[in-house]
Amino acid sequence: MRDFEYEAPNSVADAVALLSRNGTARPLAGGTDLIDQIRVGRLKPDLLVDLKKVPELNVLELSASGLRLGAAVPCYKVYGHEGLVQAYAALADSARIIGGIQIQSRGSIGGNLCNSGPAADSTPSLIALGAVAVIAGPEGTREVPVENFCTGPGKNVLAAGEILVELKFPARPAISGSHYVRFIPRNEMDIAVVGVGTAVVLDAKKEKIVSARIALGAVGPTPIFAKSAGDALAGLPADETSLDKAAELARSHATPIDDMRGTKEFRIHVTGVLVRRSLQASIDRARS
Amino acid sequence: MAKKRVVETEINGRKTEFLCEPRQTLLEVLRNQLDLTGTKEGCSNGNCGACTVLMDGRPVDSCLVLAVEACGAKLQTIEGVSPTSGLNELQQAFLQNAALQCGICTPGFIMSATALLAENPDPTEHDIRFYLAGNLCRCTGYDKIIRAVLDAARVGKGLKKEAAKTQAAAS
Ligand SMILES: Cc1cc2nc3c(=O)[nH]c(=O)nc-3n(C[C@H](O)[C@H](O)[C@H](O)COP(=O)(O)OP(=O)(O)OC[C@H]3O[C@@H](n4cnc5c(N)ncnc54)[C@H](O)[C@@H]3O)c2cc1C
Ligand code: FES
Ligand code: FES
Repeated sequence: MRDFEYEAPNSVADAVALLSRNGTARPLAGGTDLIDQIRVGRLKPDLLVDLKKVPELNVLELSASGLRLGAAVPCYKVYGHEGLVQAYAALADSARIIGGIQIQSRGSIGGNLCNSGPAADSTPSLIALGAVAVIAGPEGTREVPVENFCTGPGKNVLAAGEILVELKFPARPAISGSHYVRFIPRNEMDIAVVGVGTAVVLDAKKEKIVSARIALGAVGPTPIFAKSAGDALAGLPADETSLDKAAELARSHATPIDDMRGTKEFRIHVTGVLVRRSLQASIDRARS
Repeated sequence: MAKKRVVETEINGRKTEFLCEPRQTLLEVLRNQLDLTGTKEGCSNGNCGACTVLMDGRPVDSCLVLAVEACGAKLQTIEGVSPTSGLNELQQAFLQNAALQCGICTPGFIMSATALLAENPDPTEHDIRFYLAGNLCRCTGYDKIIRAVLDAARVGKGLKKEAAKTQAAAS
């Protein structure tokens, strides 16, 4: 592998300083994307800044005001947190299917988002759950809703020297549910052909949809927030007709490409099917 | 070239110190520097699981871990699983079920299965298939591996029951 230096700072300020000083430096979380990208020469950093010793990036805190998830927290801790699994089920669904157990021991949700692949399995869940990216950099900190974070395949809003510190989620209403599902030709260990994350809030009688958010993966250059599809559900009964309507609207957000894993037509069709299934699963979770 | 780093770890219960460059993977150091060649290299990109070792009890692909990241960690490799003489339950079950042919995947499977049984002593077939999805085998077709792990779990439980009985009898 290419020669590089390695630093493991203990604070956000030191990490930002190291990354700002060296133009080719890269942040390192679990390394499950990064190490191989360096090995094959796609990235050529002179310095890796290991973020795993920075306390803020290891936070996993569930409270009345919501969820705080440090950017370097590995997947196994996400689905191992009972309260999180209950309240933010879509995120746990995603964490459980990112790679196999070895990848989940190291790979983080923050790394999944910062790698900014169009098929990243946690990003649609983050968007559905309304997560906000907390970013620190040489100019201070700023917040970006996750739906505005990715700007193209492998590209995002992070400027030189900036790191993702944590993902902040609003508290989940009492009668709500969320879910992530992907289509892959195998049973596990594969890249999503289509991924769908949904989150639904129901009324007190659990009959009507109060609000919903729907996000799509692998059907465009970035994960997509299908806002109109979720908004259209507000006030509608939680039944099949409503879900069909949302699925139809979500399909119109998909702009997939043909590739070896699926044609454009197939992906658009599967988007509709998965949106319906995921919404139903979110509704079932809200009712249980 | 980047300066070499001193890394202090514990490997298979023994304090171990080594020198490495930041760019060296844990897999490279284990095999080429520490002569722990039981850990295998398959794909070197995280897909095959042949290089699986336990790091602070968690299964990781050592080809995706930098050796410097192991500083302060407790590592367990295939060299550390068997008792002083003979084989442990899991190794025995792999032999008895013919769960290996060429054997290159076996150390990785044993390490992942070790972590599985520590976490979940009574796994279902589905639990095992899901947990071992990050380990690939080109020879066996997996069924024999799954059966071996089921057997090892059964034996392990049996042993624990025996121990409980002896304890009860002694008290
Ligand atoms: C065998 C295998 C299977 C996989 N399966 C899946 C899958 O099913 N679904 C899926 O979505 N992904 C999958 N992945 C990809 C990868 O494991 C995930 O994207 C993982 O979440 C990455 O997290 P990480 O902590 O390892 O990131 P790293 O590799 O450490 O980093 C990823 C990128 O983000 C940057 N970065 C990391 N943290 C920060 C931060 N805090 N601030 C700024 N930049 C940062 C790094 O510089 C790098 O460019 C798989 C990978 C492998 C090897
Ligand atoms: S060699 Fe590490 S996963 Fe294949
Ligand atoms: S026994 Fe040959 S790869 Fe598994």
